[in-house]
Amino acid sequence: MYIFLEISASHANKLVTFIMTPGLLTLCCSGLCINMTVHIIFLYMLYVLHRHSRARKYEAEVQMCRLEVSAVDFSDYHPLKAITVTDSKARRGGRKGSTSSSSSSSSSVVLDPLSSMLDGSDPLSLFAAVSLIKYTCAVSDSNTMLGRKRREKEEEVGSDFEPWSSKRGEILSRFTTTEKLSINLFMGSDKTSSPSSAVSEKVRTRLEELDDLEEVGLVWICLVLYCLLVDMLMNMLSGLVYDRIWSMCADPHPLPESFSADDVNDTAKETCLNWFFKIASIRELVPRLYVEAALLKCNRFLTKSGIQETLQRLTAMIRGIGDPLVAVYARAYLCRVGMEVAPHLKDSLNKNFFDLLATFRQIHGESVQNQLAQQRVEIPIYLTLYSPAIHWILQCVAYRAPEVLLTEMMDRCKKLGNNALLLNSVMWAFRAEFVAMRATDFIGMIKDCDEAGFPKHLLFASLGRSLSCADPPESERLSILNDAWKVITKVRSPRDYINCAEIWVEFTCRHFTKREVNTILADIIKHMTPDRAFEDAYPQLQSVIKKILPHFHDFSVLFSMEKFLPFLDMFQKDSVRVEVCKSIMEVFIKHQQEATRDPVILNALLHICKTMHDSVNALTLDDEKRSLSLLINGFIRMVSFGRDFEQQLSFCVEARATFCNLEPVIIHLIHTVNQLAMETRCVMKGNHSRKTAAFVRACAAYSFITIPSLTSIFNRLNLYLLSGEVALANQCLSQADAFLKTAVSLLPEVPRTISIEGKQRSSEPFLLDFINNFLSTLLVVPDHPEQGVLYLVRGLLNMVQDYTWEDNSDAKIRVYISALPLLAAMSQESYLYTIPKVDSNETLYGGDPKFIAEINKLCETLIGQVLDHLKGLGRDEGVRRQGSLAFSLFGCLLAHGDLRNNKLNQLAVNLWNLSHKHGFCDTRTSVRTLEYIKHQAQLADLSHLSDMTARLSLQSRT
Amino acid sequence: MSVSLDIRLKRANKVYHEGERVSGVLLVNSRDALQHQGVSLSLEGLVNLQLSSKSVGVFEAFYNSVKPQKSKLQPNPVEFSITPETLQNVRERSSLPRFLIRGHLDATSCAVTQPLTGELVLESSEVAIKSIELQLVRVETCGCAEGYARDATEIQNIQIAEGDVCRGLSIPIYMVFPRLFTCPTLETTNFKVEFEVNIVIILQDDHLITENFPLKLVRV
Repeated sequence: MYIFLEISASHANKLVTFIMTPGLLTLCCSGLCINMTVHIIFLYMLYVLHRHSRARKYEAEVQMCRLEVSAVDFSDYHPLKAITVTDSKARRGGRKGSTSSSSSSSSSVVLDPLSSMLDGSDPLSLFAAVSLIKYTCAVSDSNTMLGRKRREKEEEVGSDFEPWSSKRGEILSRFTTTEKLSINLFMGSDKTSSPSSAVSEKVRTRLEELDDLEEVGLVWICLVLYCLLVDMLMNMLSGLVYDRIWSMCADPHPLPESFSADDVNDTAKETCLNWFFKIASIRELVPRLYVEAALLKCNRFLTKSGIQETLQRLTAMIRGIGDPLVAVYARAYLCRVGMEVAPHLKDSLNKNFFDLLATFRQIHGESVQNQLAQQRVEIPIYLTLYSPAIHWILQCVAYRAPEVLLTEMMDRCKKLGNNALLLNSVMWAFRAEFVAMRATDFIGMIKDCDEAGFPKHLLFASLGRSLSCADPPESERLSILNDAWKVITKVRSPRDYINCAEIWVEFTCRHFTKREVNTILADIIKHMTPDRAFEDAYPQLQSVIKKILPHFHDFSVLFSMEKFLPFLDMFQKDSVRVEVCKSIMEVFIKHQQEATRDPVILNALLHICKTMHDSVNALTLDDEKRSLSLLINGFIRMVSFGRDFEQQLSFCVEARATFCNLEPVIIHLIHTVNQLAMETRCVMKGNHSRKTAAFVRACAAYSFITIPSLTSIFNRLNLYLLSGEVALANQCLSQADAFLKTAVSLLPEVPRTISIEGKQRSSEPFLLDFINNFLSTLLVVPDHPEQGVLYLVRGLLNMVQDYTWEDNSDAKIRVYISALPLLAAMSQESYLYTIPKVDSNETLYGGDPKFIAEINKLCETLIGQVLDHLKGLGRDEGVRRQGSLAFSLFGCLLAHGDLRNNKLNQLAVNLWNLSHKHGFCDTRTSVRTLEYIKHQAQLADLSHLSDMTARLSLQSRT
Repeated sequence: MSVSLDIRLKRANKVYHEGERVSGVLLVNSRDALQHQGVSLSLEGLVNLQLSSKSVGVFEAFYNSVKPQKSKLQPNPVEFSITPETLQNVRERSSLPRFLIRGHLDATSCAVTQPLTGELVLESSEVAIKSIELQLVRVETCGCAEGYARDATEIQNIQIAEGDVCRGLSIPIYMVFPRLFTCPTLETTNFKVEFEVNIVIILQDDHLITENFPLKLVRV
């Protein structure tokens, strides 16, 4: 930010110097400030200015050390060297032709404060520094009375009052030019403003404004910035002094909130008085004014009427400031202090405003015009520098002011010639309702304004801002829009045009139909297309979309606007376009109540979703993909062709082709198609006609060819299983077979670890889950006529056997154990569950002894495998696992096995004993199991169990 | 042996009026035992005329030639109007730019504790104004029948306008008298302390216009 430095050194110096004028320095050095904090601040100020402070032990200084970082590097190259004027000192020299008596003035040896800063830290890092200190102070003080004071004040000034801090942020963002610095500024500007979210946005707009800054005399901007800097400094000073004097009265009891001067002790009064005496002797007008205004609140310690008197006096004192720009910011500061300290004193606010009106002609006076000409600054740009301060003053004046007062002020502005600047601020600051009621009047006044003065599009922008939150009389709305748009459409510069047009979109959407909105969109397209002007206006164009969307929840109306899609085409930067598409989809998902088949909506949204999808590339983050998928899925969910299932399927086919890169969307499509098949079944009540049978087979085919494109193995497995079940339910036996066979053949590919949310996890629990699920489905799957008995079960078990399980894992054996209940269920005469219209093995084999024998053989093999494994475990250290597995198998046999068989009975008893052998089993489970068996034994056909219980011994507790 | 003495008065503002009692404590701080012959209090008034290297010649010259001036007190309040015609000490009156400054001081007889107030209006000026200042001057005169010495010192300079101010708008004149450099106007046979205020208007071309007002300060 060094540009400001040089400029201010030469020009703005009169204003700048006062930050460390002798007056203020006297204040710091006079020994008044015994209070440590005050000291530190001043030491710090000195440090920043002269740079010879050392490290201290104060904690606060540690904080400040961080500020060093923000100092801007200086290079030899200086972009503004060419226009730097460096004769400031010379002009300060001797007064010629003096007619006064010679004075032995002790006055100031003003070492140019800026020259001392030239060697490193520039005024704006001071800015940042100050705000940081302020921030630290604010944090540490938040529990002191200052904090309490602030809260107390809020009763007079409600939350509808825009705080100065946000205004200041706004001004800073308008006039600050480098990214690095501005972030610093925002960091400190205030706690209440929310910097983090808006920073990037603000930085962008600021960079866009860089062009402007080069045109505007930087001197003036410096002036504005320095006014703000002073504002911050003074604010900090104010808090510190007030708190210190307050603390001097705290002994023995802290002062009550509503204390009067009588409650204040003499020492505190004396200290306070001392401040005022010192301030009164500050030579220069502006610094004296600011410091006194800063300490306005301290008058409370001295007299009851002090604040009011001082406020009036300071208001009058500002008349002495010759530069109208400096004066207006001083007024803004005074108003701000006034609102903070004594919001009930409206008189001085009004007085300030009327004084401002009285001095208004100065802006067009000779002095200012000469300076402008000298610096080649155009008047409209110069005038806009006034806006923030005038806005602020008017806002203070207009805050909760009676209608009469507002009318009076408006009349006064009217009477003043060349009042565009004021008019603009009136529209900004007065209640929107007030402005809206008189919108036609305002338009008249705007028309009367001088074309060469304040830019008219800014006036219309201000009016539009009011009209977008308050409604003008219904009968005038159309003529207002026409009048406004007539002017707006003539604005040449695309940037000015879009800034203004964007604001009026809100008004148009609120009161008019799609026809008018469409016209405006057409106009915007017309203005922004030449020379690709839209490239510089994405934020505004985005804002247009954001304003339109809430007013058109009916998307058929929205998309029937001819110019809406062409408008979207202007977003040609990928990131922005996707952003816009996302915001449209969000609104759609939120507001679309019913599923739709409207071709207009479908085409448009498909286009929008495709845009989002196409933005995905190798670098896209997972989160981004997820959120895009969510939006697209939301769209797919809202598409319904009613009973026209084929149309729906062909939509899914199209969608698959369109969204092939987003896996969640593909998965969603497969689910949609499966659901479609089940709906068809439902409609046909389970009896497919030839046509519907063909359709559900088409659905199955869709899933079958789509699933392999997924990368996640478990997604594939589960979808194969699910689709297989759906096919089975729809009597598509060969399709179901194919699904399940493919799933089985996929098993060996399952890796031992998979990545879940970025972490590597063992896949085993997922695999076991899937296999168990798969097994329970297998019960109803009829054997393929050309394959052997139970070929799917065998196939699965073979895969399980060949799979490379983790070392020291019992997973394989657990699969074997869980296959036993399936085999037991298969051997029943009547199955636990079947699928209507599908003959399962129960019917196919009808309890054929050969089939039963097959099952028995398989069971024996499995049990044999389990027992081998148990033996193996006994040899190693795995006795605990052995016990657990043995108990599982025991449970399985007990539930599914026929224990009248002696061999089996003996095996069960042995397993029980094995599981208790090493004392690792859970006694409570054992006791309960035993009780269960005894209970079962009482049933008629299970009486044999009672013999067994006698042979099952519980583990001794020793 | 190091001893420190500290007189601490009870009254925080240290301002006493006739007939009032000065009270407080004396703080003696000593590391070792301190022997003394009793503590006595005395109050001294002192006027010290310093001859600075700059004023020494002046003093000598004045000593024999200058007669004591009788200060004439202006009526209370005082109106003023400054134009090129009212100026003294000008060589070529015709070359001066046109200007008209009007105003008034609310009082020229002031209480030291109260500010000097008034108003000033820049009605017109051909040349831009650079600054308007209030200069408070202390005039000390001392001597006897044979001769007098007079010395004027600026004790405070306050800017009330900065830059080319708006024409026709009244600007407040307001100055707080500095506590340590002002006292009630004092007039004795051999010794006088008087105060004056100058309104100084500095034009853009660094020309100065001053208007002088004698003040009478009193303590109430």
